[in-house]
Amino acid sequence: METTRQIYLDYQATTPCDPRVLEKMLPFFKEDFGNPHSRNHSYGWKAEEAVETARAQIAGVLKADTREIIFTSGATEANNLALKGAAYFYRDQKTHLITTLTEHKCVLDTCRYLEQNGFQITYLPVLSNGLIDLEVLEKAFTPQTGLVSIMAVNNEVGVIQPLSEIGALCRLKGALFHTDAAQAVGKIPLDVNAMNIDLLSLSGHKIYGPKGIGALYVRRKPRVRLEALIHGGGQERGFRSGTLPTPLCVGLGEACFIAEQERECENERLKELRNRFLEKIQNDLADVYLNGDLEKRIPGNLNLSFAYVEGEGLMMGIKNLALSSGSACTSESLEPSYVLRALGVTEDLAHTSLRIGFGRFTTQAEMDEAAESIIKAVTRLREMSPLWEMAQMGVDIKSVTWAGH
Amino acid sequence: MSYSKQLIDHYENPRNVGSLDPKDMNVGTGLVGAPACGDVMKLQIRVTDDGVIADAKFKTFGCGSAIASSSYVTELLCGMTLTEATSIKNNAIAQHLALPPVKIHCSVLAEDAIKAAIQDYQNKQVESQR
Repeated sequence: METTRQIYLDYQATTPCDPRVLEKMLPFFKEDFGNPHSRNHSYGWKAEEAVETARAQIAGVLKADTREIIFTSGATEANNLALKGAAYFYRDQKTHLITTLTEHKCVLDTCRYLEQNGFQITYLPVLSNGLIDLEVLEKAFTPQTGLVSIMAVNNEVGVIQPLSEIGALCRLKGALFHTDAAQAVGKIPLDVNAMNIDLLSLSGHKIYGPKGIGALYVRRKPRVRLEALIHGGGQERGFRSGTLPTPLCVGLGEACFIAEQERECENERLKELRNRFLEKIQNDLADVYLNGDLEKRIPGNLNLSFAYVEGEGLMMGIKNLALSSGSACTSESLEPSYVLRALGVTEDLAHTSLRIGFGRFTTQAEMDEAAESIIKAVTRLREMSPLWEMAQMGVDIKSVTWAGH
Repeated sequence: MSYSKQLIDHYENPRNVGSLDPKDMNVGTGLVGAPACGDVMKLQIRVTDDGVIADAKFKTFGCGSAIASSSYVTELLCGMTLTEATSIKNNAIAQHLALPPVKIHCSVLAEDAIKAAIQDYQNKQVESQR
């Protein structure tokens, strides 16, 4: 495997841990190794203090109360706890949940599990720009609807859902509002009260913090109740037992703090990088399509379909870049991305898409090199693409009867 | 996924990329696969009057394995008789390029493309004799 100095453009998959975050974590691996739940000596007190500082940093980003933050192993666990925990706690009163077709697998799969256990789930479609239609959401409510789970920012196409409007609707209809904000912290302003968010999941490693840590915000007023998934010593107010990993908690807190502090500046910088990159691509290549809304989108994500060039073939030609393709030929399933399909991207175009994710440590020189490499590879592969040839001759490839295989 | 040297060589330096005139009586064209499946191969052969493949060209939309499979096939075909060409099996292609198991279908598609090109050529011959 060639790994020498690939340019990293997969920031929605994970991000490097910020050195400032790592620096804060290190003492808690070494001299300050105490168990934050030890109440009888200074080792425990020191660890507890650090964990509570981190909890306050996380609460600060969400405009929440410190007591509303529950540490988990990551966003997957936080999403599981929010959905299963609320569904089971309120199952005598409410048995219907609403979510969308473009959620992360950990929400969709949890919903499938709940479906098998007697709950009804509505999977909302999305518009072609990736956003939900609020009218469709409004119509999906039933008197049985207990929880609505809609992600803040999509991990494949980076679009931002209208959280305030969704929250207002949920409040009106008497349903809890959960949002998976793993891709949103430090990228969009969040305010659990203004947005009427009852449950919110976040993740450390998506925001330049460590892997293996996340958190769930659980509203206290009015109190949201959950059935715990992990039982034990009753830590985290009984929501999530288990000794807290102090260094990881500290890392998550610091990562949240930095991400929020630098959010506006960083968004401006990334927007400039994105516009410059997009302009280069569009100047040199025809038939490139952006998947997902451009305006209602975090600036560090582009999802582009390069018509007539298959995504995996393209990835082989840009070995200097580390990124993901929407063509599932890269995964074992051979099905193109379900998110792109939900946006109504046709299968042939879904096969030609690349997700370009950039962030805090991406430089303009790297983005320029990436654009150049992509342009070169697409041009070369189009020269050997029968579909490009047909398109140049004016043949509509949709009018051809293809023998599927 | 790690690919063999042969496969990467065919991807980076594809042989016989191009097109032949599909209306030429001595040219057979095979177009197989579908854009929705992520692979389309166009394979063309030019056949001499004594039934030998004098030239083969391809264009492929697909992953590296699909491009390499079609490139390798054009190399094999040049100089073969139609009978020899018909006997090319996908296994031989998969083996030569050391295709990983999930990419075997690329070699199957290449075999289909050969058959389709020969069929097209033979249809033209039958029609011209009418």
